[in-house]
Amino acid sequence: MSLEVARIRKDFPILDRTVRGGRPLVYLDSANTSQKPRQVIDTLTEFYERHNANIHRATHELGEEATEAYEGARITVARFIGTADETEVVFTKNVSEAINMVAYSIGNATAGSGSGRLRLAEGDEIVITEMEHHSNIVPWQLLCQRTGARLRWFGVTQDGRLDLSTADELINSKTRLVALTQQSNVLGTINPVPQVISRARAVGALVLVDAAQSVPHGLMDVGTLGADFVGFTGHKMCGPTGIGVLWARRELLEEMPPFLGGGEMIESVWMDHSTYAPPPQKFEAGTMPIAQAVGLGAAVDYLSEVGLEAVRAHEQDLLRHALTTLAEIDGLRILGPTEAIDRGGAISFTLDGLHPHDVSQVLDDRGVAVRAGHHCAWPLHRALGVQASTRASLYLYNTRDEVNALADGIRQAQQFFRTA
Amino acid sequence: MQLESMYQEIILEHYRRPLHAGLREPFDAEVKHINPTCGDEVTLRVMIKDADGEPTLADVSYEALGCSISQASASVLADMIIGKTVTEAVAVSDEFLKLMQSRGGAEPDEEVLGDAVAFEGVSRYPARIKCALLSWMAWKDATARALSQQAPDDADTGERA
Repeated sequence: MSLEVARIRKDFPILDRTVRGGRPLVYLDSANTSQKPRQVIDTLTEFYERHNANIHRATHELGEEATEAYEGARITVARFIGTADETEVVFTKNVSEAINMVAYSIGNATAGSGSGRLRLAEGDEIVITEMEHHSNIVPWQLLCQRTGARLRWFGVTQDGRLDLSTADELINSKTRLVALTQQSNVLGTINPVPQVISRARAVGALVLVDAAQSVPHGLMDVGTLGADFVGFTGHKMCGPTGIGVLWARRELLEEMPPFLGGGEMIESVWMDHSTYAPPPQKFEAGTMPIAQAVGLGAAVDYLSEVGLEAVRAHEQDLLRHALTTLAEIDGLRILGPTEAIDRGGAISFTLDGLHPHDVSQVLDDRGVAVRAGHHCAWPLHRALGVQASTRASLYLYNTRDEVNALADGIRQAQQFFRTA
Repeated sequence: MQLESMYQEIILEHYRRPLHAGLREPFDAEVKHINPTCGDEVTLRVMIKDADGEPTLADVSYEALGCSISQASASVLADMIIGKTVTEAVAVSDEFLKLMQSRGGAEPDEEVLGDAVAFEGVSRYPARIKCALLSWMAWKDATARALSQQAPDDADTGERA
């Protein structure tokens, strides 16, 4: 099963445009946000042109259509990540909100009358990793500040893998929650999540998986993974911005106190108290990003039609080509695994004597879009002893020629600043 | 190729051979500013002395970690304002800020800005304006701190950062 990249590229109108005075766009920033296929754009347009109404409460035909489209998207997403129960899929605005939802819900359970396993006590521990995106660090810092729990973390080895040598000590009887990324947004590393989950299970801790960088490549089956919470976002998987997902096991969603209060999340409201709707509505307060959810459904349909296995095979082929090509450049250091083993298509690197901002500026001048900086993973950069890095990230629409354009651009940057 | 409009030779020159670099003593105030998007940082010290009744920048020293634009900008800043009165330096800084906010639409005053006019091209790239402004904002902050700390008849020195 191979992927016809020329045909795929035709689905993405933006890939036709030129930038910086006529240069063809070489988009290598999909780990930041992916581009959108015509099928998703058309779905958004059609929703607004034909079916737009508020959901669940409108008592008219448009309202029925909008509700059906929104709830249909929930079913599509649920099947995509391997659950038969779509009420386990809560729409959020992004992964950050999904993680904050869990953190605040635990905080609310601790402050109020939540169930036992969600209550934290002084001395309880939350374990994260040094390779997390800030969105899987800061919410836990805040929760620890609110509850007196202690934040601990796995280190990272110099070759960009999780240092699991301390796992048995780190995840212990005090551990209540382990939160980790399935695939690093900087290193591309695919973490041994099942191994961490089984250790967490042994001590009775809950596990949250940040799947922002893995779900876009179809690497998620919540049924076999065995996690308790999984967060991901639509805009990195060909969908619109403003829509993300928290998946959690049904019984946990039932136990969890709400995060945001407001319209549509209630069962009944009095002046002094309220009762709440069953999940997922309990966690979807206010008017949701309806068109965006429908657009995410279209993105999932699109990716499924292309075939996730073909997408991954294509990305792995590009990744191998990129790792080989970049390794030939003098002074270039790849952060993270240098071989395409348990590794996705985010490739961050440093160049001797050259700052990532200057590299990305030269690349941008040639139409090559990458990201420069710490990629919202400042602690990881510190751990690897680098201030910042340049990141190229691959997706289904990229080509070998684009990888070559990246390498050419890097060499030109070296020449421009005369460092190699 | 639009690169040269941003990376003018003067900028590259300051980047390769930064002027007045390194942290020096004595100083009245020290600040550390960080660009949160890329982690670039500058630590900057100022020493203010009274010269003919006017507070004057006796020294500006810095340590900059970052891209060519932020490093060159620190170098130009120090070179431009060491020896100037605070009033004169603020005028330069205001003019530079105006230039950086112009999106390439300004006619920079070379009289006032000196080498800093070379940053005109940078103002066309919104993502890089912060790089150019990092040390200038640090300088403003440090100067304000130094002035507010300074006792009227004790203009000199200290580890008062």
